[in-house]
Amino acid sequence: MSANSDSKTSNPDSSSSETVKPTRKTVALIGNPNTGKSTLFNALSGMKARTGNYPGVTVEKKVGKVVWNHREIDLVDLPGTYSLSPRSPDELVSVDVLLGRQEGVSAVDAVVCIVDASNLERNLYLVSQSLDLGLPTVVVLNMMDVARSNGISVDAEELAKRLELPVITTEAHRRKNVEVVKQAIADSVDRPLRTPESLFPDEFYAEAGQLRESLRTHKDIDIPQFLAQRLLIDRGGQIEQELTDSSAAGQQIKSDLEAARERLAAANCRVPAIEARVRYGWAREILDGVVTHPAERPASKSDALDRYLTHRVFGLFVFAALMMLVFQTIYTWAGPLMDQIETGQGFVAGIVEGVLPPGPLRSLLVDGIIAGVGGVLIFLPQICLLFLFIATLEDCGYMSRAAFLMDRFMAKLGLSGKSFVPLMSSFACAVPGVMATRVIESRRDRFVTILVAPLMSCSARLPVYLLLIKAFIPEQTLALGLGLQGTVLFLMYAIGALVAIPVAWGLKKLFFPGETPHFVMELPSYKVPSVRVIFDRVFDRGKAFVVRAGTLIFATTIVIWALGYYPGDHSKQYELQRSIVATETILESNPDNAELLEVTLEDLENEYHTVSSRLIAGSALGQMGHAIEPIVKPLGWDWRIGVGAIASFPAREVIISTLGTIYSLGGDVDEESEGLMGALRTSKWPDGTNVYNIPVALSIMVFFALCAQCAATLMVIKRETNSWRWPIFSFVYMTVLAYIGALITYQVGSLWL
Amino acid sequence: MEARASRLLTDLRPGDSAIIAEIIGDDSLSIRLMEMGLLEGESVSLIGYAPLGDPIEFEIRGYRISLRAAEAQRVCLEAIS
Repeated sequence: MSANSDSKTSNPDSSSSETVKPTRKTVALIGNPNTGKSTLFNALSGMKARTGNYPGVTVEKKVGKVVWNHREIDLVDLPGTYSLSPRSPDELVSVDVLLGRQEGVSAVDAVVCIVDASNLERNLYLVSQSLDLGLPTVVVLNMMDVARSNGISVDAEELAKRLELPVITTEAHRRKNVEVVKQAIADSVDRPLRTPESLFPDEFYAEAGQLRESLRTHKDIDIPQFLAQRLLIDRGGQIEQELTDSSAAGQQIKSDLEAARERLAAANCRVPAIEARVRYGWAREILDGVVTHPAERPASKSDALDRYLTHRVFGLFVFAALMMLVFQTIYTWAGPLMDQIETGQGFVAGIVEGVLPPGPLRSLLVDGIIAGVGGVLIFLPQICLLFLFIATLEDCGYMSRAAFLMDRFMAKLGLSGKSFVPLMSSFACAVPGVMATRVIESRRDRFVTILVAPLMSCSARLPVYLLLIKAFIPEQTLALGLGLQGTVLFLMYAIGALVAIPVAWGLKKLFFPGETPHFVMELPSYKVPSVRVIFDRVFDRGKAFVVRAGTLIFATTIVIWALGYYPGDHSKQYELQRSIVATETILESNPDNAELLEVTLEDLENEYHTVSSRLIAGSALGQMGHAIEPIVKPLGWDWRIGVGAIASFPAREVIISTLGTIYSLGGDVDEESEGLMGALRTSKWPDGTNVYNIPVALSIMVFFALCAQCAATLMVIKRETNSWRWPIFSFVYMTVLAYIGALITYQVGSLWL
Repeated sequence: MEARASRLLTDLRPGDSAIIAEIIGDDSLSIRLMEMGLLEGESVSLIGYAPLGDPIEFEIRGYRISLRAAEAQRVCLEAIS
């Protein structure tokens, strides 16, 4: 089967037939959700698929390039769907790919329909629609094991005979029969087009033909027969919306369309209802005698499990326990892994510092490039852990139950049950949270969830809260034994979630008006999750993040580095750095003079920190801080805090090291640093009054609770929405919100505190 | 079969089955319901409710589906004779 070994043979006589055939073929995979389509795609493409976005929509484009039987084939994985009746631009992409109308994808030569053997009737609905394309088709009967365990038997040979198509049974998660599927696909790409069976009454085809004619006359466009049929059936669908514009021709089409539908209704062929009746009727006929269900449906383990897991008390208890586990994992267990990445980053930086003399190049490498790479990799533990859970819960069938359990609660907030897990995950980190919104079918719910997810208080805000609370909030005990410090921390966590409710409501009203999206959701049978499926998915998501968002995050870090480095004469700084290293070397070899040398070293370090502080103050970043002082003054902030806020654009916690540098303490401080707390407490305005007091500390915390200072989140939003519009919007609205929140906090706080 | 006030899918109690008489409407929701196999003449049973009473779990054509009550009200049932 493998063509790679054969094509290496150097026999010139056979080369014409042995080498790869010149024409590249394109094969599309379609199937219902929960049929193991992606698993089969991974098995077929060997995990080498390229991902991207189709232009203008949020659908992920996945193409795997393979060579089978000396034939180069592009495998296109289309999103899982129950139907080919497009109701949105996103859904139209699949139809356009199948019709060879999608930019960037060559015309499809064959279709692979993956169907769930344990649920054939409903799965054949999509098969029936796709057969109308007339393309060579291979039917893959996946999940044969599930069907067997449910007592369902399928006569695949008879099914193939009735469909007049190759039908192959597989268990994709065990890689069973995958080679046979490859063979069948390779065989199918050269087959001629089929003539679709006429399932509908003759009147229907006549009307569809007339519509095509009408489009040719009035709009001078020729649409495929398949689209004309979809136009006729899909009342208010995407194709109708695009063809019946407000132009005279569009209006003419609209009236022709309405008239055709009326004539069909009169002929007892009313659209859209006719389609489901015809196709399900066909499916039942095809399956009669092919599928045998057990006479008495056995009380399956899945049904029993379902009774407990959707139980109103026990079900919620299990759900809460699971979510607690997920949350704990990404919140706590990712920590050690992230520390290791930081250690690794420090190690690499150390090597560079040992090799290169102090200078712009070294600073670029250490503070720009290595810090940038570290800033990307640091998110991987959280992303991988979250998707480990999500993939497990999804593959075993629990994820849709979680949405089922939480739907009512989320509906009160104007979203659906599917938004719960992404939003909850965002309390640990919005990056995987935003990536997890891909399961939300409704575009409106998905976008609103993406836009409010960064308001959830993530773990990167914690160091900022801890530093300021420890330095400025007194250790008092309030009523009921509640500590004041803990209460403030809790309020900071709550503020984002509370603000998200009106924001979500406003976003829906402003950007996504229209009827409430429906929440019709299949609840698949439970099954033992497949380790391979889970790891494939974790790998896929991790790779997608690093490749597609990583470069942008990296670039942001470099820009901020440059703003903090230039302009400025760093020669004095480098000289001091060299002296520090030299003194340290002497100190090591001269333990006798330790006391004196340590004093010298301390002086040098202090001077170094002072110089560094002066440099950042004079840099573009420092100048920006000074420039925005009039704007941030109403928040109670001085220019130093302004610099910290700008410098923390790549990530919120950067404000701590920036403040450390500004206050001449060096950038190595953390939220526990007594030195930094001391520096903050004694920081003065030019008139000698203290910069920081409780209202200022609260105003900074509120700002950081609500702002969008996280390049990674913004870049992931760019990737997931496939547009710069939404990350820019997120940044603007959150910054405005943060500013107003901080302003109110400071101004109101100053009245009382 | 005697005429009665038409029953809706939401009128079922857990464990009950009934035959679908009609899906009301021509909009995207009714299309989706039909695509999922909720068609006239098909048997459907109510499995249970989510903890807050909504959505509702049903079984149709051998698989499980969740519908919000507002959505299930689009499904008319045949009167039980």
